Order: sequence, then structure tokens, then C-alpha cells
Amino acid sequence: MYKILEAKILAGNIYEMVVEAPRVANRCLPGQFIIVKLDEEAERIPLTICDYDREKGTITIVFQPIGASTYKIAAMKAGDAFMDFVGPLGTPSELCTEPLEEVKKKKILFVAGGVGTAPVYPQVKWLHEHGIDADVIIGSKTKDLVILEEDMKKVAGNVYVTTDDGSYGRSGMVTKVIEDLINEEGKTYDLCISIGPMIMMKFCCLTTKKLNLPTIVSMNPIMVDGTGMCGACRLIVGDEVKFACVDGPEFDGHKVDFDAAMKRQTLYKTEEGRALLAYQEGDTHHGGCGHCGGDK
Amino acid sequence: MADVLKKVPVKEQDPKVRATNFEEVCLGYGKEEAVEEANRCLHCKNAKCIAGCPVSINIPDFIGEVKEGKFEEAYKVISQSSALPAICGRVCPQESQCEGKCIRGIKGEAVSIGKLERFVADWARENGIKPEAPSVKNGHKIAVIGSGPSGLTCAGDLAKMGYDVTIFEALHKAGGVLVYGIPEFRLPKDDVVAKEVENVKALGVKIETNVVVGKSVTIDDLLKEEGFEAVFIGSGAGLPMFMGIPGEQAKGVFSANEYLTRNNLMKAFREDYDTPIAKGKKVAVVGGGNVAMDAARTALRLGAEVHIVYRRSEAELPARKEEVHHAKEEGIIFDLLTNPKEILVDENGFVKGMTCIRMELGEPDASGRRRPVEIPGSEFDLELDTVIMSLGTSPNPLISSTTYGLDTNKRKCIVAEESTGATSKDGVYAGGDAVTGAATVILAMGAGKAAAKGIDEYIKAK
Ligand SMILES: Cc1cc2nc3c(=O)[nH]c(=O)nc-3n(C[C@H](O)[C@H](O)[C@H](O)COP(=O)(O)OP(=O)(O)OC[C@H]3O[C@@H](n4cnc5c(N)ncnc54)[C@H](O)[C@@H]3O)c2cc1C
Ligand SMILES: Cc1cc2nc3c(=O)[nH]c(=O)nc-3n(C[C@H](O)[C@H](O)[C@H](O)COP(=O)(O)OP(=O)(O)OC[C@H]3O[C@@H](n4cnc5c(N)ncnc54)[C@H](O)[C@@H]3O)c2cc1C
Ligand code: SF4
Ligand code: SF4
Ligand code: FES
Repeated sequence: MYKILEAKILAGNIYEMVVEAPRVANRCLPGQFIIVKLDEEAERIPLTICDYDREKGTITIVFQPIGASTYKIAAMKAGDAFMDFVGPLGTPSELCTEPLEEVKKKKILFVAGGVGTAPVYPQVKWLHEHGIDADVIIGSKTKDLVILEEDMKKVAGNVYVTTDDGSYGRSGMVTKVIEDLINEEGKTYDLCISIGPMIMMKFCCLTTKKLNLPTIVSMNPIMVDGTGMCGACRLIVGDEVKFACVDGPEFDGHKVDFDAAMKRQTLYKTEEGRALLAYQEGDTHHGGCGHCGGDK
Repeated sequence: MADVLKKVPVKEQDPKVRATNFEEVCLGYGKEEAVEEANRCLHCKNAKCIAGCPVSINIPDFIGEVKEGKFEEAYKVISQSSALPAICGRVCPQESQCEGKCIRGIKGEAVSIGKLERFVADWARENGIKPEAPSVKNGHKIAVIGSGPSGLTCAGDLAKMGYDVTIFEALHKAGGVLVYGIPEFRLPKDDVVAKEVENVKALGVKIETNVVVGKSVTIDDLLKEEGFEAVFIGSGAGLPMFMGIPGEQAKGVFSANEYLTRNNLMKAFREDYDTPIAKGKKVAVVGGGNVAMDAARTALRLGAEVHIVYRRSEAELPARKEEVHHAKEEGIIFDLLTNPKEILVDENGFVKGMTCIRMELGEPDASGRRRPVEIPGSEFDLELDTVIMSLGTSPNPLISSTTYGLDTNKRKCIVAEESTGATSKDGVYAGGDAVTGAATVILAMGAGKAAAKGIDEYIKAK
């Protein structure tokens, strides 16, 4: 069993948990993820490693409940334990494995969207610890959902917060901030790392392509085992089929086929998908989330 | 008097009934039937059947005990050679192994060795008979990677010799393909697989799940930092292949591994488990091996009309005869000499069909099987909502790519000596599908056994 040492709400419906998992903490690097399984009947849910403490043997996860399984996890408290917690999975961010001198030459811009701010944090922190200060754009729907701003400021160069509704920081989408920084405010960057909802990463890549700014994204397709055994997580990158759980989750964003990936992600997820499943086979999606009627 | 040329028939669930449930298809022999079948064995002096068994079970001896009704003695005979008899009795391709060599088979049907083995193992389990844990420990620590049949066998054998063995398993449950791949209706998970795993644990073997070697820890760490003196790699061949045809990214296209894992390991067929599965109403399974049969029969049980799409003819189907026969009985439709060209996708990204082409058999290819060639202009569309790709698997490179000095071949298989399991790296042994590519349970067990011996010799020589 993997004990939850701390559990709290970061903002709105964004939860943070610190979990005891010494083997994972011992080897993980930014960019990797874990798979958690709550109990015997639960699904295997992939979540990015948002922080780690090698000495204490702990891993921090941050997540937003969106369906039955993530809601169940959100109901867990400090002192409870997960039945299974496996990792680190996936390949670490290239920044942590490339020669440091190469990385030091680069001016790096992170673009974090919503709960994606959490996985951006360990990367920025890692760079800071290695003498590199990156700029970070944090995008959020609204003021109350901005997370980790203060933590980020401690480890980043400049932090630019923007909200879709203009209730805090700059106003508008992250793509607008990227353009403003580069076109209006005289900033130059050699590399962009964008982590957030797929739709945000897609538009981010369209923007950076125009700006000739190489961009790395962190993909989150549906997964089952996370070890390369099932192929559920396959994506098209360039002309190749890649398995996000072993070849990724980070890929060259300008090569990823986002449209195909976004469609695949909705198989069990969207109202459409659920309604279709419900229509096709009645009770298959026994998630019981209550939102979609797919389980009715 | 029953016909001695024929096997004592075994009870099976009626095909119509079993097509709607996940209970075991074959019900196995009862005591009387087992004794009657055992009496067909001639107890040959030069028993050819033994040579057909990759772990050389003393078949005439165990069957001899069954004849006398001494089932515990029979279990002991089997246990000398096999750690997982309840499993092998169910899934071994007996027709091409032990039973394929049986003298009875020359004029009539071979002795039902597999069914007898299964009977003995089930009887032992039901009567609480367990293998004995070793009394003396030798203090040497050995790591085993993977809890499939090769890993379980290697671990069990080493434990019996007194070693302190820990199995590291990537998934949350032990058993390898036995839990995630082979379906419940062929190999019950709680009653058979979990019990066999318990038996291995009863020998003192520790199992640590949720450890992906190559990610959570490397082989070099195990050897240098965690105090293991040797490592056995039994990580299987789990990486699925796809065809590379248009439409393969559509919603409703799965690898057989995904479909089976959702259903077997994650128990999607049960209401009380959370993992969803898109069962499908009209399903095509592409491929003709055991894995394809399992995926097809699973989809059928979930309520679908199921087609097997295979590019060669019935004679070339690589699946076991018994499985093909069961699949047909249950109503699986075989579209043979048929090959997919493209998966058709609707405007929402879901599968709506598959364009296939008819094939005919031409000249034999390198494998000696006649090569299927397309018949020009014979394309046709199958209307479908689900396609399951069952085209074979290859070893996962996670371990080979993170272990310094471990040689692999062109097919990404780990290179290991057959008789000892020794690899190119000192103290590291390997066996099973990770070495041979996808094969069989019993071959994986044989390799685990050979490696246990190899490791024992290595440690003693140190
Ligand atoms: C590598 C990786 C890292 C991730 N990191 C985080 C993170 O740090 N924080 C966070 O909040 N979320 C993260 N996610 C997404 C998270 O795994 C999903 O939100 C979660 O699986 C949804 O499950 P559910 O049952 O609550 O939702 P439901 O909507 O009920 O999901 C139904 C089904 O769809 C699948 N599914 C739905 N959405 C996703 C999705 N986005 N990704 C994968 N599977 C999905 C689930 O497997 C489930 O079977 C990550 C995903 C991946 C692949
Ligand atoms: C659907 C299906 C049906 C089959 N039917 C039959 C049949 O009827 N008869 C028959 O004889 N054979 C059958 N086979 C083949 C047979 O199951 C395999 O040949 C056999 O299981 C191989 O055993 P193994 O121990 O080498 O590997 P596996 O059983 O594949 O076990 C490998 C284990 O290692 C774990 N692992 C992998 N990588 C790592 C890592 N990096 N770290 C830690 N753990 C790791 C895996 O999770 C897995 O549990 C079938 C296979 C499938 C898929
Ligand atoms: S282990 Fe397999 S091959 Fe050997 S006797 Fe048993 S069924 Fe036959
Ligand atoms: S070859 Fe057949 S008849 Fe002879 S000992 Fe073996 S099982 Fe019995
Ligand atoms: S999650 Fe199964 S292969 Fe990636």
C-alpha cells in the first residue's frame, strides 16, 4: 500500500497529494508520470509527477477530478493509502538528460495551462537548481483556478499569469501572451515547452510554428498498463506511430497529430462517446459519474 | 466397455450457454473418468510422451498413480518437474507436445495427458495439498523480473534449492499473460492462477508488484545496490504490433492486448469493476493465433457478432485446434483468405467498417507455409464498429535498452543460452518469450527451469 501523507485543495477543484512511494521517488525525473490504482476494482489512472523528495521517498501528484475514478481519488484523505502506485513511467524531459551546457545556451519558455501548471513546476524547479531560470506563462480560465503561482515565482525567471476572463493578470489565452512577448515585448526564445489540455497544446503549437519556435508538448492519451503492452496510448508523431507511455509522454509538438489524438481521447470520455456507448451497448461505461447518463 | 481407441470424453459447458458467460468452458474429469482414462495408458517402457513434454514430466508414472487412485502421489510425480500443472493441463498445446508423441495416438486417440494432469492438479488444490517449503536457506539473494510462467518457475525452483528469491512485477498482479492475456473462460484467475501463484509464494518467494525494471530500478542497481547476486529476466514479449493501414488510429481499433487486458486483468466484464471496455456490436479480429481466438471469444461473450479475419486458410491457422473448434462451436465467423486494406472511419472518428481483399495461396514462403497473394479486384467492405488487431507481439525493449552489456538480436529478443539461460552479461539470465519471442507457457516454464539450474551452478562456482 502507498500511504497518502498530505492531501489538500490547491484551488477550485484542483487537488494535491503527497504519496509515500520510495522506489518512484528514488529514480524519477521531471517529465515522468505514475499510474495509480485506488483499490481492487479501480481503473489504472496516469498522473504526472509534480514534485518529488528523494530523502523522504515521496511523490506529489496534482489532479482535477473529471470522471468517476478521479472523483474517487479526490475523496481520499491523508492517512488513507492507494493499493497500487507504479512508476516512474515514460521518459524524462529531454532538458534533464541533455548535456547541461547545451541546455544553458537556450532561452526557455514554459506554457502551462490549468492543471498543467503542476507538471511544469518540477521542470522549472529542476532547471533553477541547475542554474537556469526559465520564463513561464500560466494560463487559467479564471483567477480562482490559478495554481502554484508563488512556488513558480521562486524558481522561474519571469512568470506571466493570464486568465481567459481577464479576472487576474493578463487577459486572454496563452497563445496571445506568447505572441505578445515575442512580437511586442522583444523577448526571444529557443525552446517552448507546453503542458496543458490537448486543445491548448494544439493551438500553442500552431502559434509557435508561425514563430519558428521549437515546441515540446506532454501528451495525455488514454492509457492502461503504461509499460508499452497495450497500445491504447498510441499517437501519430510525424509519420510514425508512437506509444506515449514509453516513447513519451513528451514529443515534438510540431509533429504531433493533435486532431487524431483528441478524437481518440474521447472514446470513453465525451458525452458523445458515452452516449454512443450507452446506445450501442447499454451499460458498458459503468463509471457511474452521473454526469453523462452513459451508465444509465 | 468404452472404446479404448478413444479418449474418455470431457464435460464442457454447452456452446450456447457458455457464449454468454465467462465461466470455464471445459469442466474437467471427475475421479471415475480420470481413472478410466488413465487405464488407457500403456505405461510404455520407452515412453515417447515424456520426450514431447518440454519439462519432461514422468507421464507414465503419474498416470500410473492415477490408475491406482493415488492422486496425491500423482501430484508429487508431476511436482518434481512442473510448478504450474493446473495451468499447463489447461493451456498446453498437448496435441503437438506430449499427446502428439503418445503411442496410443498411432492407432486411435492419444491418452488425454493434459486433462489428466489438470485433474490431478485440481484435486491437489481442492484437497489443500501444497508443495513443501525448503527447510534450509542458503542466504543467496536472486532477483526475478516478471511473474509470468518463466519467472514463476525459475523463482519456485530456486526457492526449492534454498535461495532467497524476490520477483519484481511491473503490473499490479502477478501471473503475466496468465492474468492479463488468457481469458477467464480458459483459465480461471482466482481459482487456478492465483492459487498457483500462492503455491510459489508458499515456497518462500517474495513478489513485489508495481516495479517496472528499467524504470523503477535497473538491473545494475539490483546487482550493485540491492545485494542480488544474479538476475533472471522473464519479461515476456508484450509489445503489440499494428498493421500500418489507414484508419488504425480510429476509435474502436484495439490491440488484442488492450482488449484482453481491459477484460482479464481489469475485469471490465464485471459490473463492480471501474475499467470500461468498448465491447462492440460487430467486431473483426485480425489474425489467427491463440491470442486472436481469445480476443474473438471474449468479444462474443460481451455480446458481439465476431469475425476472424485471417489471410491464409484454415490449415494454416496458428491457434490450437481445440480453440478453433471451440470458437466455431460458439458461433465465431471465420473470414479466411481475407486481408484488411483499410479501416473505414465515420465523421466522429469511430470505426464504421473495414475494406478487405480476398487472398489465394501461392508458392511456399520462407516459413514453408504457402504465401497468401491478393486476388486483384476482390475488395469488399465489412460493416463493423470494432477492430481488434492480433498480429503478434515482440519483446519490450525497456529492459534491454537500460541494461549495460545485454545483447539482443534483430528481433529485439534477449540472446541467452538455451541450456542455462546465461546472457552476455555476467550474473544475468533470461528465458521465456523475452528470449524466444511469443511462444508457449510450457516452453517459458522450461526456460525458467533451465535458468534456475544455470543460476545455481553460477552461484556455486563463484
Ligand atoms: C501521462 C499522463 C499524465 C497525466 N497527468 C495528469 C495530471 O497530472 N493531472 C490530471 O488531473 N490529469 C492527468 N492526466 C489525465 C488523467 O489521467 C485523466 O484525467 C483520468 O484518467 C480521467 O479518469 P476519470 O475516470 O476520472 O475520467 P472519465 O472521464 O470518467 O474517464 C473515462 C475514461 O477515459 C479515460 N480518460 C479520460 N480522459 C483521459 C485523459 N485525459 N487521459 C487519459 N485517460 C483519460 C480514462 O482512462 C477512463 O477510462 C494524465 C494523463 C496521462 C496519460
Ligand atoms: C492471449 C494469449 C493467449 C495465449 N494462449 C496460450 C495457450 O493457450 N497455450 C500456451 O501454451 N501459450 C499461450 N500463450 C502464450 C503464453 O502465454 C506465453 O508464451 C507465456 O506466458 C510466456 O511466459 P513468460 O514468462 O515468458 O512471459 P509473460 O507471461 O509475458 O510474463 C512476463 C511478465 O513480466 C512482466 N514484465 C515485463 N516487463 C517488465 C519489467 N520491465 N519489469 C518488471 N516486470 C516486467 C510483465 O508484466 C509480465 O507479467 C498465449 C498468449 C496470449 C497473449
Ligand atoms: S506440461 Fe504440457 S506438454 Fe508437459 S505433460 Fe503437461 S500438458 Fe503435456
Ligand atoms: S506414450 Fe501414451 S500410452 Fe505410452 S506411457 Fe505415454 S501416455 Fe502412456
Ligand atoms: S498505456 Fe499501454 S502501451 Fe501505453
